[in-house]
Amino acid sequence: MCLAIPGKIVEIIEAGEPALRWGKVDFGGVRKEVSLAFTPEAQPGDYVLVHVGFALNVVDEAEAHKIFESLAEMEALGEAEGAP
Amino acid sequence: MKYLDEYRDRAPAEQLAHGIRRAVTRPWTIMEICGGQTHTILKSGMEDLLPREITLVHGPGCPVCVTPVELIDKAVEIALRPEAVLCSFGDMLRVPGSSRSLFHAKAEGGDVRVVYSPLDAVKLARQNPGREIVFFAVGFETTAPANAMAVWQAAREGLRNFSVLVAQVLVPPAIEAILNGSSCRVQAFLAPGHVCTVVGYEQYEPIARRYRVPIVVTGFEPVDLLEGIAMAVAQLESGRAEVENQYSRAVLREGNRAAQQLVAEVFEVSDRRWRGIGEIPSSGLRLRQPYREFDAEVRFALVGAGAEESPDCISGLVLQGLKKPHECPAFGQACTPERPLGAPMVSSEGACAAYYHYGKRSHARD
Repeated sequence: MCLAIPGKIVEIIEAGEPALRWGKVDFGGVRKEVSLAFTPEAQPGDYVLVHVGFALNVVDEAEAHKIFESLAEMEALGEAEGAP
Repeated sequence: MKYLDEYRDRAPAEQLAHGIRRAVTRPWTIMEICGGQTHTILKSGMEDLLPREITLVHGPGCPVCVTPVELIDKAVEIALRPEAVLCSFGDMLRVPGSSRSLFHAKAEGGDVRVVYSPLDAVKLARQNPGREIVFFAVGFETTAPANAMAVWQAAREGLRNFSVLVAQVLVPPAIEAILNGSSCRVQAFLAPGHVCTVVGYEQYEPIARRYRVPIVVTGFEPVDLLEGIAMAVAQLESGRAEVENQYSRAVLREGNRAAQQLVAEVFEVSDRRWRGIGEIPSSGLRLRQPYREFDAEVRFALVGAGAEESPDCISGLVLQGLKKPHECPAFGQACTPERPLGAPMVSSEGACAAYYHYGKRSHARD
């Protein structure tokens, strides 16, 4: 039930107050209307994690890359040292 | 899809597993809290990549599984009223009550509807002023902001035909209940990433200190879980007990303040009964006084009848990580997803359902 799926905001509709702000979000080709009430900072093009019709946060792109960067570094280090 | 596919790749998963195998020097038992994490672990077969020293036990983080029988019975009672429409997430429909499930109530003519969002139920109330629309507000902290928003919007619009049957539960009191159990064998926790997206992880820090237990906030994809396990193992091997955040692309230490504010406006902390576990103090939410008129239990004057669990179901032990699903004599025999004795066999986040659907891989290790 705590499933949340990342999707890309394609359009934001300001409804006059933060609690009613919503957007159209693209999930790999499927578009849904999503409440942006809890992500006032979200902008078109941002990826948001969506749970039961609500964006819970804007995905932090720099943080998302970190694991792959550090794994690549470790691999390079391993090869340099001749480790398995 | 971006932010999903790359976290399901085999190469980084194998690299992380290799790192775990190199780091481990002795046996460790780690509990993943969330049922969504349990399903990823079983579905991906990642246990086959882990060293034998690592035992993963499955936690209580399945809101459908821990919703008490008497609340299912109340939902059924509402659904069978001619004036009412009972709206629910689909997962709840097959969960057995003491005499029947919502699915049975629907078959008997009850108006039970599956909705994607609590706002769909609010919309239904707007469109059907002559019907009583009740939303079964089940969930952990992740779902609380959505449920709070539904009540807040209904209050603002004066939708008197909308109410919620609240079954909101909180994770940290459950972790403490598990740690206080005399047979507890959990040495580290993978905390539920999406719960922490909402509430952050400050409230986990006193638990890590008090019980000297590492807690790693962890995401839901195979690479997330393996990195979370690697971080937990690194702490265990070096004798540290801290809260760390693996899921930093989605979780801030302070969580989502806007969501927390609305939850605090609509709900207050209360004691809650957990199916199979019993009452845990301060482990749930109920509507605050100004919103109490939207409480379906008040509106329909529902009285709990002290419903009983099936005596053959050991879901309480499974939900506390004390037993694995296939250790239950009823597993796959008297209890299947089609004819469940307990909720964990029904829910898409239930540990028993995960073992049933993906069981062959996990049994290979036992």
